Amino acid sequence: MSELNLKQASRKPEGLAAGHRLCAGCGHSIVVRMILKATRGPTIATSATGCLEVATSIMPYSSWNIPWIHNAFENAAATASGIESAWQAQRKRGKGPLAKYETLDVIAFAGDGGTYDIGLQALSGALERGHDFTYVLLDNEAYMNTGIQRSGGTPFAAATTTSPAGSVIPGKKEWKKPIDDIVIAHGIPYVATLNPAWPMDVMRKSRTAFEVEGPAFLHAFIGCPRGWRYPMEKTISLSRLATQTCLFPLYECTLEEGRPVYKLSGPSAAIARRPASKKPVEEYLVSQGRFRHLFRPEKRDDLIDSIQAWVDQKWEILLEKAGV
Amino acid sequence: MSEKQTLMGMNGDESVAYATKQVNPDVVAAYPITPQTIIVEKLSEYVADGEVDYEYVAVESEHSALSNCVGASAAGARAFTATAANGLALMWEITFIASGLRLPIVMAIVNRSLGGPINIHNDHSDSMGARDSGWIQIHCENSQEVYDASITAWRMAEHPDVLLPIMVCLDGFTLSHTMENVLTLPDKVVSDFVGEREFITVKGHMGETELRLNPDVPLTFGPVDLQDYYFEHKLHQIDAMKQALKVIPEVDAEYAKISGRSYDLLHPYRMEDAEVAVLGLGSTMGTVKYTVDQLRDEGVKAGLVKMRVFRPFPSSDLVDALKDIPAVGVLDKSLSLGAPGGPLFEETMATLYHLPKKPLIANYIHGLGGRDTGPQLIRGVFESLLEIKDKGEIGDPMNYVGARP
Amino acid sequence: MSTRKPSSKELPIGAVVTKSSMEYETGDWGVMKPQTDLEKCTQCTLCHYFCPEGAITMNDDGYPEVINKYCKGCGICAEECPVKCIEMVRTK
Ligand code: SF4
Ligand code: SF4
Repeated sequence: MSELNLKQASRKPEGLAAGHRLCAGCGHSIVVRMILKATRGPTIATSATGCLEVATSIMPYSSWNIPWIHNAFENAAATASGIESAWQAQRKRGKGPLAKYETLDVIAFAGDGGTYDIGLQALSGALERGHDFTYVLLDNEAYMNTGIQRSGGTPFAAATTTSPAGSVIPGKKEWKKPIDDIVIAHGIPYVATLNPAWPMDVMRKSRTAFEVEGPAFLHAFIGCPRGWRYPMEKTISLSRLATQTCLFPLYECTLEEGRPVYKLSGPSAAIARRPASKKPVEEYLVSQGRFRHLFRPEKRDDLIDSIQAWVDQKWEILLEKAGV
Repeated sequence: MSEKQTLMGMNGDESVAYATKQVNPDVVAAYPITPQTIIVEKLSEYVADGEVDYEYVAVESEHSALSNCVGASAAGARAFTATAANGLALMWEITFIASGLRLPIVMAIVNRSLGGPINIHNDHSDSMGARDSGWIQIHCENSQEVYDASITAWRMAEHPDVLLPIMVCLDGFTLSHTMENVLTLPDKVVSDFVGEREFITVKGHMGETELRLNPDVPLTFGPVDLQDYYFEHKLHQIDAMKQALKVIPEVDAEYAKISGRSYDLLHPYRMEDAEVAVLGLGSTMGTVKYTVDQLRDEGVKAGLVKMRVFRPFPSSDLVDALKDIPAVGVLDKSLSLGAPGGPLFEETMATLYHLPKKPLIANYIHGLGGRDTGPQLIRGVFESLLEIKDKGEIGDPMNYVGARP
Repeated sequence: MSTRKPSSKELPIGAVVTKSSMEYETGDWGVMKPQTDLEKCTQCTLCHYFCPEGAITMNDDGYPEVINKYCKGCGICAEECPVKCIEMVRTK
């Protein structure tokens, strides 16, 4: 599609309007705006309960320039599957208001709480049934909307209000749930990770997700200045660092003859080619208040090292899968 | 003039499924649970045999079943689901959302007691638990009523003055698994009767449009509706329930023309000069009728008021039916633990409270967990009512019919 | 702007939203606003994409324009502009 270059897409009308009430510097709207620039035409979206939902739909104002529905917290995938079923039924019959659309980009947006935790069942069900929709995980690594509580997506050692850094326990004790692996195990046609620091990559992958027949899953890295405690102007640079440290590698996974085929995307592929360019994870950790207890009052090299080892191992496994 | 009809042997579940097949909605999303399973099996069989072209979505839970229906209905589809007991309890959150967003979903409830301890048999604890969720509730006495309501429900739910979801309630096993003779209409007659779903026009933030997720003129459904708007939206629902009291009889009257079967919100039976009467819902009403006939033969002035539509509550019809009866027994097939009485009892009391002269009203809880309520037990209810009438007073209004003390 | 809230009769059925958030100006949230030096601008469009508010549009000449009534002053655009042609300045 010709419109998918930065210049052209910058002229495309916004799917998410200004005037929303996300915090200054929030990563959500950056990513959502990019994703919506990649839609093909008729689109319907649903959001799980969460920051994005709340900040964009406070009665009487809406920021959604596309048809949008909030149902509940744990059921974004089920709601989307209903929308998709409505379209499939009406298209098949040539009758009903959705019958006329040749394509319909059905999008479910959900946060980490709505995906890793409370929404996992509905997600798994919708993936297994094979609905033609795109599920976008907006991963800001905690329940931010309710005041920064830990989720299955919160990283190890991060301090949240329900995994506080105490004098005995240094933040979250568990590792981040491998959500992409769980999703990929469903054998769906398309899974990709998104980082807003690379807008063209986000838009290209989003377009692929919409075009693919069947379920597609996009895992987006969403910086949260308030919950992670970093200066708001750093959202993009911190996101970039997450990929440069291989904490959040960028890749796509397609299904070829029943097998998952992994492909590293631009910035991560570059690190694979030049391993020396991989930055130490400490650089990422030190810039955020949620990891401050790893550096003060005394530096916890033991914890930092174990995080580095975890990142290294995950990265190596990914390289193996990608055949690098 | 009514249409030519075919007599079919069907149980209650099959009656739901057969009517739904004839209606042929766009989306059916359901999850199996006893005693509703026959419905989902039949509805998927029709798909497997190519007899229908709705999308059958075999969801992974009841929560997703109703969530799916919310998505489908908001997108402009006719969406159907069916459940029972714990399945409805799992949907509970979404029942309020479906009605709050004014989505005319039709759901069959095959009434079953709520665990725990777990029990698969019939009572009304499931649908009574959902009585405040903003759904219309129709309670059926037999499979014919189930079949008919499964057709008329769509017209009631989708009426522009109503736009509320509907539960068609049938008693588990007693109706769901019991074969009866059901008169059925030809497919074409049913599809002409239900027609196509129509939409009201609203003015949203991007202009005027039909009330649905319209890619051409987007609407925002399910906003964050805080203290400055939520209450007004509840007024809308209150009004819709009031409108439903008018619309339901209109749809029933139209249906009577093609089927020859007429229904009321509330059905009085041998109430002309009754001195004692029973009020209740569902399949037990068949047994009560039988007992009333016997008692009448014996010279007892007994009567029955069957409530078919429980939501919206037919208050004025209820007043008309009961105001002059000396003693009334309310049959509840569910509990409201810790409350003064069962739900139907409490609402009846509240409805009649303002009358200058009102009946003596006692509450008879019966049938919990599928406990059989035969004619003997119903006779006992009438005997107790006669005693109340003669004494002119009630001691403890609560009675637990058929339970071992 | 009138403060009278619509009556229930005036509100559409279905609790659907009646106004675009474009009517809700978030520009007073922050104290800093971006100032662009278009001499240096390479028209890369990145500031347009990185702005969380959609408060930077690209004009017909391909240059960014900041819509101050929505800009929350986060400073991402200034931080990310590859040629450093955006500067945050205090407005309050
Ligand atoms: S300061 Fe932030 S909100 Fe304002 S224009 Fe720049 S990126 Fe947008
Ligand atoms: S980021 Fe800088 S160079 Fe690029 S368009 Fe914006 S102002 Fe111009």
